[in-house]
Amino acid sequence: MEDVQPPEVHRRRRFFNRGRLAVIALPQLWFVAFLLAPFLILLKISLSASNELGVGFEPLASFQDEVLHIQLRFSAFSALLRDQLYLLTYLSSIGYALLTTLLCLVIGYPFAYFLARSSPGVRPALLMLVMLPFWTSFLIRIYAWKNLLDINGLVNQFLLWAGIIDTPLRMMFTTFSFMVGMVYGYIPFMILPLYATLVKLDGRLLEAAADLGATPLKTFWLVTVPLSRAGIIAGSLLVFIPAVGEYVIPELLAGPSVLNIGRVMWNEFFLNLDWQRAAAVTIVMVLLILVPIAIFNRYQTKVMEAAS
Amino acid sequence: MKPKRLLPLSTLWMALVYLFLYLPIVVLVVYSFNDSRMVTLWGGWTLRWYAETMHDEAVLSSLWLSLKVALVTASASIVLGTFAAFALTRYQRFWGKGLLNLFINIPLVMPTVVIALALLLFFVTVQDVLGFPQKGFFTIFIGHTMMCVSYAAVVIQSRLKEMDRSVEEAAMDLGARPLQVFMLVTLPAISQALVSAWLLTFSLSLDEVVISAFLSGPGSTTLPVVIFSRARLGLNPEINVIGAVTVYLVIVAVVASSLWMARRERRRAQESAAAYRQEMELQTGA
Repeated sequence: MEDVQPPEVHRRRRFFNRGRLAVIALPQLWFVAFLLAPFLILLKISLSASNELGVGFEPLASFQDEVLHIQLRFSAFSALLRDQLYLLTYLSSIGYALLTTLLCLVIGYPFAYFLARSSPGVRPALLMLVMLPFWTSFLIRIYAWKNLLDINGLVNQFLLWAGIIDTPLRMMFTTFSFMVGMVYGYIPFMILPLYATLVKLDGRLLEAAADLGATPLKTFWLVTVPLSRAGIIAGSLLVFIPAVGEYVIPELLAGPSVLNIGRVMWNEFFLNLDWQRAAAVTIVMVLLILVPIAIFNRYQTKVMEAAS
Repeated sequence: MKPKRLLPLSTLWMALVYLFLYLPIVVLVVYSFNDSRMVTLWGGWTLRWYAETMHDEAVLSSLWLSLKVALVTASASIVLGTFAAFALTRYQRFWGKGLLNLFINIPLVMPTVVIALALLLFFVTVQDVLGFPQKGFFTIFIGHTMMCVSYAAVVIQSRLKEMDRSVEEAAMDLGARPLQVFMLVTLPAISQALVSAWLLTFSLSLDEVVISAFLSGPGSTTLPVVIFSRARLGLNPEINVIGAVTVYLVIVAVVASSLWMARRERRRAQESAAAYRQEMELQTGA
C-alpha cells in the first residue's frame, strides 16, 4: 500500500520519531535477546570443548600472550557422521514428515475445498468446528488416541463387534498409530491456509472453464490447484517443518523402532547429558529445515496478504 | 460443474474429517466417567476420577503454576505482538524489517525442541555470568512468550491490515498526535483481535509441554509436563478427567462468546436505528 499523505502529516510523523523507534526497537530487541542470542549460544556450545572439570565449556576464543586463540571443536559433529544411526534418524524423520504432509494435503485439500464452497450461512460454524480442537489441549488430544488404538481400545472393540476381525489388531506403538497422531495433530495447519486461498477463488473462473469445455477434473487441475498454490505451499511447510522435529507425538504414540530426531536430541540431552552432541544434533536439524523455512517466510507473507 | 452433484461426496468427506477430529475428544470425555481401573474397559458411570484429580497435589500445584505463567505470557505477548504487528503494517521501511518478519515466522514453524534447547543453553550461559536467572517461573515465562509473541503478532497483523486506515489519517489531520491516534483510534479498532490473541496465547501457554520441560526447575513444573510424564507410562484415568475438563471449559467459552457477540450485534443494530430516528427527527423538525 502506498503512503499518499499531505507533506505536513509526514513532517508530523518525523517529529514523533521517538515513538516510532520504540515501537520497532522493543520487539526487535526481544527477538535478538531471546531468539537470535540463544541460537548463537547453541552454535557455540556445539563447537566447544568441555573444560577439565567436565562442567561448563572452554571459551571459543581467548587471549594468550597477546595472541587471539580461536578453538573450534568439530568432534560433536564428526561423531554424528561416524555413527550411522544419526544419518538414518535424520532420513527417517524427514521421511515421516513428508508422509505426514502428503496425508494432510490429500485429506485436507478436498476438505478445505468443500468448506470454501459450502453455503455462506453455515460456513462460519464449519470453520469454527475446525478451529475448536485448537483450544483444547494438544497434548491430551494426542494422548486420547491411546484410548482408541489400545489393544482393548474402542477401534478394536468396534471392529470385533462388527465382525470385521476375529482377533484384536496391534495398532499402538506402530507406524500406523504414529501417522494417525501426526495427521491428527497437524491437519488444522494444512486446512486453514488452504481454506484462506480457496475461499478467495473466483467462482466465475470455474464457470468459464466449464463453458470453454473443460471437464470438472481438468478445471480442478488447471484452474483451482494453480490458483491455490500459495495455500498449498504455506500449509505444507507449516506441517512439514515442525513435523521433522516433533517430539511429543512419537513419544506418546510411536514405538521405539520409529527413529525420530526429536527423541534422539532429547535423549542426548536428558539421558546422556551430552550437551555438545545434543546441540550438534539440533544444529544439523536446523540446517536441514533452513531452506523450507526460507520458502515459508516468503509464502507466509503472501497468504497473509491473501487472507486480508 | 453442477454443485448439487458434488454434495454427497463433499458432505461425506467433511463428516469423516470432523469425525476424525472429534472422536478422540468425545471418547476422552466418556472415559473420564468410566468406573474401572482398566481405562478402556467400561465399568459403569462414576465421578470417582474427578474427585481423585481434585485432590491430586501434583496436579493442583502444577496447574497453579501453569495458570500464572499463562496469564503473564498472554499479557506480555499481546503487548509485544501489537508493537511488532504495528511496526510491520504501519511503517513502510525501517532497518531490519525483513529480519523482524523472519523473527516472527520462525517460532511458528521451528520444532519446539530446537527453541527449547537453545533457550535452556542460553539461560545456563547467562546464569554462569550473572548468577541469574534460576530455572523456574521466569525462564518458563520467557520461553512461552518467545513462542506466543509470533501467534499474537499474526492475529493482530491481519486485523491491522484490514482495518480502515483513513480513520487514523483523519485523526492525524485533525491534529491528534501519533500516540493519541494509537490509543483512541487504532487500539479500539483492534480490540477484538487483542482479545482473541490474548485467549489464543493463553491457551497455547497453558498447553506448552516441550519448552516447559526444558526450562522448568526442580519443584516448579507446569501441568502439561506432569501430564506428559504420566501419559508416557500409559493410560491414566486422571488425564482423561483433565482433558474432559478442558473440553467443558471450551464449550462454556464458546457458548458465552457467541451469546456476547449476538448481544453486541443486537445493541449495535438498536443504536444505529436510534441514531437514524434522531437524524430523521432533526431533519423533519428543521
